[in-house]
Amino acid sequence: MIPETGQFALILALLVALTQAIVPMVGAARRDTAQMALAGPAALTQLALVAIAFAALMTCYVTSDFSVLNVVQNSHTDKPLLYKIAGVWGNHEGSMLLWVLILALYGASVALFGGNLPPALKARALSVQAMIAVGFLLFILFTSNPFLRADPAPMNGNGLNPLLQDPGLAFHPPFLYLGYVGFSMAFSFAIAALIEGRVDAAWARWVRPWTLAAWCALTLGIAMGSWWAYYTLGWGGWWYWDPVENASFMPWLAGTALLHSAIVVEKRDALRGWTILLSILTFSLSLLGTFLVRSGILTSVHSFASDPARGVFVLALLGLVTGGSLTLFALRAGRLQGGGLFAPISREGALLLNNVLLATAAGTVLLGTLYPLFADAFDMGKLSVGPPFFNAVFLPLMVPLVLVMAVGPFLAWKRGDLAGALGRLKFVFLLSLAIALAAWLIEGGTASPLWAAGGIGLAAWLGLGTLLDWADRVRLWQAALASLPQRVARMPRAAHGMTLAHLGMAITIAGITGSTAWKSEHIQVMRIGDEVTVAGYRLTLDSVVDDLPGPNYSASRAQFTARRGDRVIAVLHPEKRLYRTPPRPTTQAAIHTNLFGDLYVVIGEADGGGYVTRLYYNPLAPWIFMGAVVMVLGGLVSLSDRRFRIGAPKRAAALATGKA
Amino acid sequence: MTRKQRRLYFVLLGMLALGGATALVLTAISDTLVYFYTPSQMAGQAIGPGRRLRVGGLVEQGSVVKDKANVAFTITDLTATLPVTYTGVLPDLFREGQGVVAEGRLERDGVFHASEVLAKHDEKYMPKEVADALKKSGRWQEGEGTKQ
Repeated sequence: MIPETGQFALILALLVALTQAIVPMVGAARRDTAQMALAGPAALTQLALVAIAFAALMTCYVTSDFSVLNVVQNSHTDKPLLYKIAGVWGNHEGSMLLWVLILALYGASVALFGGNLPPALKARALSVQAMIAVGFLLFILFTSNPFLRADPAPMNGNGLNPLLQDPGLAFHPPFLYLGYVGFSMAFSFAIAALIEGRVDAAWARWVRPWTLAAWCALTLGIAMGSWWAYYTLGWGGWWYWDPVENASFMPWLAGTALLHSAIVVEKRDALRGWTILLSILTFSLSLLGTFLVRSGILTSVHSFASDPARGVFVLALLGLVTGGSLTLFALRAGRLQGGGLFAPISREGALLLNNVLLATAAGTVLLGTLYPLFADAFDMGKLSVGPPFFNAVFLPLMVPLVLVMAVGPFLAWKRGDLAGALGRLKFVFLLSLAIALAAWLIEGGTASPLWAAGGIGLAAWLGLGTLLDWADRVRLWQAALASLPQRVARMPRAAHGMTLAHLGMAITIAGITGSTAWKSEHIQVMRIGDEVTVAGYRLTLDSVVDDLPGPNYSASRAQFTARRGDRVIAVLHPEKRLYRTPPRPTTQAAIHTNLFGDLYVVIGEADGGGYVTRLYYNPLAPWIFMGAVVMVLGGLVSLSDRRFRIGAPKRAAALATGKA
Repeated sequence: MTRKQRRLYFVLLGMLALGGATALVLTAISDTLVYFYTPSQMAGQAIGPGRRLRVGGLVEQGSVVKDKANVAFTITDLTATLPVTYTGVLPDLFREGQGVVAEGRLERDGVFHASEVLAKHDEKYMPKEVADALKKSGRWQEGEGTKQ
């Protein structure tokens, strides 16, 4: 009964979405208020129906209803409750349902919180949202129905891929989808604006918070996935330029560009056409990511499905959305002419450069990701494009980006003073050089790669430059210290947000540099009692206990003691687990962090009376993830800016005050 | 600055970025592309030593010899075989009879020196490249895989 309820709710949701797609759009063209007003309630109803379907599937998982095929294929009674719940999206069908749920969630939030939007824009945007929903609901119902029955129902299920049985599963996919799907808002608003033929500062103010929210979620989602890979793969890899990673990274790059170009539209009414185009491209890249991951065209833990029908369906949807919206853009972009003028050296100019570099970087990642697929399709041989390609192409594009990132905030709108800005940054430059040199010398001088010093120098340049800009804005030195808190409070939250986000980027860059350049790795066979020194830590293998029972696995658990001199720093317990269903081994690394580096310990197979062990010290590795968290904090602070709630609503008011 | 000048500036900036990116891609792609071969393709082709490539197939039963962290094994696509050596810890899913992909270089002695061994897998316990290669060599029984 419950699966049928879910299925029925999905079909109803499809019908509601169809209505929501057509009626408000027609109403907006006819200026029929009643028809336009239908969009809001329809979006809420759609959310309610999809939520019912999602709850139904979750109920099937939690109660281990093995009459449902999807549950049979991906669950098992032994599975801990956390993975019964998170396991709902640990498979193709369920994850698509989560996708649609989040899409409906965004639509409903526009209906609820978009009270200040002009009715026609709101109706059209919700209608476009519903069109996307129709596409994906059809996809679920026809190719990926999670509610299919298994007859006869087996006694138990096949279990969930043990690699996915990690708390990361509960957070990584939902946040990633909140990001991916969140960009549909910018897309819908862009299409609505194109139909309306009107893009202005007010439009940018409505779009920015949604884009910012999606960007925060995507940043967090990617960082979580990276961290998950870091602690679960057993070799400390946090990024491998794997196609699936790239699939999430491309929308992030485009979304970051969009975030910045929307500022230019809001403040200076320039770059309107480009911003609309970016909105379309960002969401198209999100869809492309969904296609790459869900079509089974790539092999990875992320690709559950390998049904060609699904790939063709998503590809058709992608073609329709991207092709349709780009055609509309081509037809209407001519109307978006004009906007505020600015000199190349100006805040707008710097933001434009940021956009050009980010878009180019996204383009190169796209090329590297799709190249093997095209090569395979055109019979040019099977090949892979790996980290060497991306490092050689992507990193050189990031260097100028980061260099400009520190300078941009010092430039004035319209016409900036580059010499003045560089003058302000003179000491930052010298200090960064000194820090780079110091880092290089501490890590062994000539033994350490020169680019590592460059990376640390870049991070310092960006971090210190950002701090200096913040100090300038709050007039840290010019005025009395007593009034500082007041000045900090009076500064717009968005400005604090930018400072935090840029600082986060600096921290991440330092983390990436340090962990890549100065990682120490020791692989050897250790007997009980043996000691190995890793980056100044003395690690002894104390014991290995076999056959420890877990909820649905048995584990071999080792104990290592880490000492510095004679002082015990940490006791680490890495595990090797063997899951029962499906029968597969996994590696649980043990990590001790002091926030400046991770001691990373992995126990391998028994080998002639000893055990193969892998011991790492990853300097600055925690900074990679801490930096991402700081970036997200910056986004959230910026999101709380009252300007996004007050003042934004009235188009006429925004026009009257000019370039507010 | 007039509108026209600004547009020219946009175009120049865009061309510069695209041109730079194209140059980077062109210089990087020839050195960094890693081609995938099966053992039979390797046997039929003269592949220069030192070229980085990927090979894939099944780990031949009884071929795995371990010596501390050094491992030697043979991969096969059931038509031809290729000896592989590797130093390091093998992935959890490395087993005899199972599909693997190794990345590294073919040395003059005809042995493939892997710097990385991947036992990435989908639900069928088989890397896609290996499955395709087996299908091509006609030794693949649909739906059977090798594990079951």
